[in-house]
Order: sequence, then structure tokens, then C-alpha cells
Amino acid sequence: MHELPEVPEGSAAMCRRCRSVLRKRPRNSLEHTLALAFAAAILFAVSNSFPFLSFEMRGRVTETTLMTGIVDLYREGKGEVAALVLLTIVLAPAFQLGLLLYILLPLRFGRVPWSLPHAFRVLRHAQTWSMIEVFMIGILVAITKLMDMAHIVAGLSLWSFVLLMLVLSAAIATFDPEEVWERLEVLQR
Amino acid sequence: MSAVISSVQSRSAAAAACATCHDCGKLCRLPRRGAHGVTCPRCGAELHVRKPNSIQRTWALVIAAALCYAPANLFPVMTVTSLGRAQSDTIFSGVVFLLTHGMWPLAVVVFTASIFVPIAKLMSLAFLLTSVQRGSAWRPAERTTMYRVTEAIGRWSMVDIYVVTILVALVRLGNLATIEAGAGAVFFGSVVVLTMLAAESFDPRLIWDHCGVKRT
Repeated sequence: MHELPEVPEGSAAMCRRCRSVLRKRPRNSLEHTLALAFAAAILFAVSNSFPFLSFEMRGRVTETTLMTGIVDLYREGKGEVAALVLLTIVLAPAFQLGLLLYILLPLRFGRVPWSLPHAFRVLRHAQTWSMIEVFMIGILVAITKLMDMAHIVAGLSLWSFVLLMLVLSAAIATFDPEEVWERLEVLQR
Repeated sequence: MSAVISSVQSRSAAAAACATCHDCGKLCRLPRRGAHGVTCPRCGAELHVRKPNSIQRTWALVIAAALCYAPANLFPVMTVTSLGRAQSDTIFSGVVFLLTHGMWPLAVVVFTASIFVPIAKLMSLAFLLTSVQRGSAWRPAERTTMYRVTEAIGRWSMVDIYVVTILVALVRLGNLATIEAGAGAVFFGSVVVLTMLAAESFDPRLIWDHCGVKRT
């Protein structure tokens, strides 16, 4: 059991026994996370609306967006795999961004969002299952495998996926859950 | 970032009849009758001193994942049909393909993510579970680090699932070339999901329960 001292902004407190971080306090956490989550939401919309790769072989071109890939897998009878991809690349990041905005925006203006503890719980699960960064490696491997078979062209949303990955990681790194609970306790008083 | 080491009381929260809320991290005092049915005053989540049935649940998920591991590696994850010739790829032959085509950095990444990580996760969880069940007091800090690494690397095994998805979506040119997902992909996805759930249901504080608390 630890008695935590006031942790100054920009530093972290660690557990003495197992060295895990007890409390990290990034600077201006709420504002930074909010700004980054907004940017990520826009990039997320772009990433999912445009094709990220096109494939050209003997004059025939196929393009793929994330959704067409998932739908194709489903049609082939690999519904389980399709559901897993849908969950980790579309639903979890969508929930993650949506809930960050849902929680932080009202708190920024001194209001308590409705049903905050539930939103927070769902956000934690969404965080675990959101895997945009792993998907990037997947794209890289897929491109390599197809390189000597055909001509591969990067689409618009490939770049927005890369940006999304960076901005989303930054949003999570600056997010300080303890600040949310502290603000909630102050507002409820 | 500079680190602040907090002052420590010489007993754990469990020993002091307190529990940390799993959701919001608030340290709550427990009534004398124990944690059963008590909720966190700040966020309303049910309080537990340790994750409930952590060992049984984790074992069940580890065993289920181990059962899926063999078919995940034996069945093809995808089949490439190009100009009438069909060629099936397992996880392992995918790595070999990258290696023989001179893409060894990617081969290392895929080998680590798809072959090394799943087996390492299964073995480290089995080891942690047995050590906790035997009440071992051996190197708790190192075992905690081991758990943390296990929990963090699990997601990277998904790479192969994404590769299959992208290839299936891109290469569909009828007779010229098509790629279909195989049964191995389903089992492989199951291994990843089951090991992630297993890591999540393990409570690392169990490691410390038999170690007493170091006086400082």
C-alpha cells in the first residue's frame, strides 16, 4: 500500500515493490488528449472511406478499403476472422475515440458526462482491443508479399492510417485517467 | 520524466483491509465481512481484493489456446491460386517465403509475432500460474516484469490475420489470381484472442501474496 505524494506535472510515481507506474502526470493532459482525439477522429473517418492499396496485374486493377476486405472474408465463410478484424481495426478504435471525446469534452467545460463510469469501463476495453499499429505492420508484410506478383500502389488512406496510428498513440500517452476521476470528485462536491 | 517514489506502508492493501478499485484505481476501505458485494464509492464498480477466480480462469483460457495452437500452425492460413496453380501457405511457410525472398527483417518480425510470441505467452503464463499455485517466493519482481511483457506483446500476433485480410481483399482477379483465407487463420485468431484474454484475467498481485512485504 502506498501513500502517494502530490505528483508534479510531467513526472511519474512508481510502485516500490514491482516498479510499475502508479501515477503518471503528463502536462495539460486533458487539453492535449482532447485535441489529439479530435485529430484522430478526422483521420479515422478518412482512413475508412478511401482505398488504402490498389493492386495492378496485367492491366486489371483492384482496390481495397478496409470494409471491402472484411466483407470479402465474411463472404468466404471466414466470419470469425472478419469479426476479429472488424473489432480490432474499426469498432475498438471508433469506441476509443468516441468515448475519449464523450468523456473529456464535457469535463473540459466543467460538466459531468452522463454515466461516466460505464463509459470509462468500455473505453478501457476498447483500448485493449484497438490494434491500428499492428495493422500497419500487416500492410507492410502484405505489400512485400505481393511485390513480385504485381504492381502495388499506395492509396490515400494508407497515409492517413500512418498519421492515425501516430496521433492515436499520442492521445493515449497524454491521457491521464486519474485526472478524470479527480475532476469528477471536484464537480460532484 | 523524473520519478517520484512514494512513501510505503509496510503492509499490502489486502493486509490492511483495503482494496484498489479495478476501474478507477481508488483505494477503498473494506468492511469487516470482506469485499463481497461492496462497490466503489467513486465509480460504482464491484470491489475485489484480487481478480475473482483468476487462476482457474487463466488456466482454462491457456489450455484452450494451447489446443488451438496445433491446428493454427498445421492448417494453411491462406491459399493462393494463380493461373490454375494453387499453393497453400501456413504461418511457417509464410516466414520461409519472406526469408527466401531476401526480406529477412520482415521475416524476423513475422517469426517473432506469429511463432515466437504465442508460444512464449503460453509458456510464461503456465509458468506464472504454477509458481503462484505452488506459493513460490522466487524473484517476484522478475516474474512481475515477465507478466507485464507477456501482456504487452500479445497484440502483435495479430499481424498475420491482417496480412490475410489485406491479401484476400486485394487479390481477387478471377482465373488470373485469387487468394482465399484458410482454416488456419480461424484457429490462429482464436489463439491470439484466447491468450490475450488469459493475460488479462491473471492477477499479478497473486505473485506477491506469498512473498510477505519487504521492510523498508
